Amino acid sequence: MSGSHKKENRVKCELTLQVNGESKTVRVYPMERLLDVLRHELQLTGAKEGCGEGECGSCSVLVDGALVNSCLVPVLQVKDAKIITIEGLAARETPCRVQQAFLECGGAQCGICTPGMILAAVHLLDKRKQPTMEEIRERLSGNLCRCTGYMQIFGAVLASARQTAE
Amino acid sequence: MGNDRIIGTAVPRKEGLEKVTGQSQYVDDMVLPNMLHGATVRSQVPRGKIKKITFGPGIAWDEFVIVSAQDIPGANCVALIVDDQPCLAAEFVNHPEEPILLLAHPHRHVLPKAVAAISIEYETLPAIFTMEESERGSQVIWGADNTFKTYLVEKGNVDKVWEQAAFIVEGEYRTGAQEQLYIENNGMIAAFDTTQGITVWGSLQCPYYVHKALMKLCNLPEDKVRVVQMETGGAFGGKEEYPSMIAGHAALLAMKSGKPVKIVYDRMEDMVATTKRHPSRTHHRTALDKDGKILGGEIGFTIDGGAYATLSAVVLSRGTIHAGGPYYWPNVRIRAKAVATNAPPHGAFRGFGAPQSLFAMERHMDRIAQTIGISPLEIRRRNFLKTGQTTTTDQTVQEPIELDKLFDHALELSGYAAKKKRFVAHNEDSAQKKGMGVATFLHGAGFTGSGERYLSSVVAVEGCADGRVRVLVSSTEFGQGTKTVLSQIVAETLGVSYEGVEVAQADTVKVPNSGPTVASRTVMVVGKIVQSAAQGIKQTLLASGMLEASYSPAEFCAACQKYIAIHGQLRSVAHYDPPAGVFWDDEKYRGEAYAAFAWAAYVAEVSVDLTTYSVTVDDFVALQEVGRVLHPILAEGQITGGVAQAIGMTLYEKVVWQNGRMQNGQMTNYIMPTSADLPPIRVFFEELGNVHGAFGAKGIGELPMDGPAPAIVNAIADALGVPLDSIPLLPEDVFEALNANESCPEPQPAGGTR
Repeated sequence: MSGSHKKENRVKCELTLQVNGESKTVRVYPMERLLDVLRHELQLTGAKEGCGEGECGSCSVLVDGALVNSCLVPVLQVKDAKIITIEGLAARETPCRVQQAFLECGGAQCGICTPGMILAAVHLLDKRKQPTMEEIRERLSGNLCRCTGYMQIFGAVLASARQTAE
Repeated sequence: MGNDRIIGTAVPRKEGLEKVTGQSQYVDDMVLPNMLHGATVRSQVPRGKIKKITFGPGIAWDEFVIVSAQDIPGANCVALIVDDQPCLAAEFVNHPEEPILLLAHPHRHVLPKAVAAISIEYETLPAIFTMEESERGSQVIWGADNTFKTYLVEKGNVDKVWEQAAFIVEGEYRTGAQEQLYIENNGMIAAFDTTQGITVWGSLQCPYYVHKALMKLCNLPEDKVRVVQMETGGAFGGKEEYPSMIAGHAALLAMKSGKPVKIVYDRMEDMVATTKRHPSRTHHRTALDKDGKILGGEIGFTIDGGAYATLSAVVLSRGTIHAGGPYYWPNVRIRAKAVATNAPPHGAFRGFGAPQSLFAMERHMDRIAQTIGISPLEIRRRNFLKTGQTTTTDQTVQEPIELDKLFDHALELSGYAAKKKRFVAHNEDSAQKKGMGVATFLHGAGFTGSGERYLSSVVAVEGCADGRVRVLVSSTEFGQGTKTVLSQIVAETLGVSYEGVEVAQADTVKVPNSGPTVASRTVMVVGKIVQSAAQGIKQTLLASGMLEASYSPAEFCAACQKYIAIHGQLRSVAHYDPPAGVFWDDEKYRGEAYAAFAWAAYVAEVSVDLTTYSVTVDDFVALQEVGRVLHPILAEGQITGGVAQAIGMTLYEKVVWQNGRMQNGQMTNYIMPTSADLPPIRVFFEELGNVHGAFGAKGIGELPMDGPAPAIVNAIADALGVPLDSIPLLPEDVFEALNANESCPEPQPAGGTR
């Protein structure tokens, strides 16, 4: 979209990104936000813009296993990094166990924070197989949800952890 | 129905899979060919006359589509109740951030610079920013006297109670503005062509509100305006009326440019320019007998409506009717007023006036208890409404509600008595003070008074060629679970599977007007009409002989397919059927205000740190009676979400105003609760059943917004032993209240009486 527009003092470059296990080459401005590249160039619209300043976490993605706000990351910075978005967690017909737990436990209401929240939960469960409630509260606190009051999200994370234990 | 296989069970959310996999399409995810991006040029002053607009240098203005009030084909207003709000200011502006011009360009990123390059000169006019300034009338900014609406509720004879009173207790309580803070900002896409007219796709609650506003603004007939709801990322009332404004803006740009136009606000624009919860001031003066029974009282309830009328009259109405709480008032006079100030209009927000007046009522009950020297529990028990008694509007409570039992149950669940005892000892030698607080309250479901009769909602249910059943309503899904619960109701009514029912996208060319998705009315009111429409389908199939009286889901499916193959269509339309014997007097504000009330008792446990003055809610018990719970997970999610939002309103969320403009319009400086900030929110339901709603359900969505603020502030007052009469209470406010109290101590028990 912004591709054809002439912009002073800025030149597009070709970058290769590893997104959801696939290699993707895009022509972008190096300082473009990763969020915009994902949404506009790669049509991965699961990452959402809630605040544009790294506060709400609805644009969260995993970059080399770290949870980051894609609205704060210039795309140049993630060249060659492994990026996982909500679309890469599972095929649509078979949600991953965390997605399934959010579905069953009421972890998603309006759904706008859900992709980021699920990635935050996946990130937590990657590091801590059986997190305590305190760890869950702390590690999800960068992802804001206005609908649920978080309780059912905690329930979804605990249910996912229980499944791993079984 | 009898078997009840689907109602009351936690079936998966209809649109849940798309949500958890990131496939759901919200408005900003939608792109149309040749689409332009729109932006809004807004007023920088609170009140003034527009003198001159200059398009500054350095911008290729010929690349932009520019729309002003002169380009409006129809009436320059956002049609709602009173058509006083312009879609674009033409000559005068009445609040900061009022829209004046619209720009569109193929590239979104060039818009902020262009907006900044437009300078507008104003002849500034004196502005008013508080309810008190507005009431004094030194500047008249709206109508004859700055008053949008007044109500007077009178029951019995208040004037005679004062001389009989053993105690007279007076107090004044305030609540601040609150931002809805849905995580998806407002957004809309419009497309225009001369044969089809205008189509908008957007994030919205009420498709037919937008439809009505666009007809008037664009001067188009009903069939040339189409409104489609996209997946909506939270609303809470914040997408009840404001979407009509954005849809109008996108439509004007689309009509002028001939291209589709997308307007999506960024967070700052959404926070500073769109509606918030009405700030309020409530004054109570109450007469009690020697045992603490209410003899009567006067309640003054005032809300700040901002610069235009929008929904203030209706918000005021709900706040007025809830002002007396769940108590029996033999005599009462409630004077209510919505006034104008030069701030962006305040609007709908979950609870809709009730959280404001109930905060006052429940704080006042604690003040009464302290004044006359009984416990906050006892004062409530002595005054609870009982079945057969009348509310402040003379509505007889028909339901077999036993508030004292509900209350006792909540206290027991919270461990109130033991904790209270423990905290007395704890507080003696600790810099962290602990306290317990309660709130008991009610919330009316559905539109007030004659509202539902005026709305006269219509729904349709149709059979599909593949044997599935589709629900057609304008009631929207924005997280609460509309699609899921309406599907459960239809599946249960028809004896088919939940998976065999779907809810059509809310699109005004396809769905009838089932009314706005507000006022906790969708399950109770619309659900009942949907149930009746579903029965219509069943009756048609039975009468056709294609279905036997006793059938399996597969047989229903087959009959449905067969009927459609022969007749082409299987469709049943149902209208709102008002309950019999309901009386409401709009003039005197008397009668059956609501078809049903939900009832609740909430208990908060808090700690106040006397080093940082921060308040932590340590435990929260929410017990309510909402009729039949149709979906346990969704119902619980409504309560936890509402309690969290109300904790935000009480302890975190403060709008900082300067000259009518919000100064902290970012998530970094307007703070909502995170997962680390909330207590365990423990949710309990008691079910009495109800005659009106589908399968005995009452409204639920707004109720949890009402109780937490007073329960928490009562707990803080309990911990600190000082009166706290306004919210929000951030650490600096707690600090100030404590300091103020040192110079002006709280009246002692039995003091402050006549």
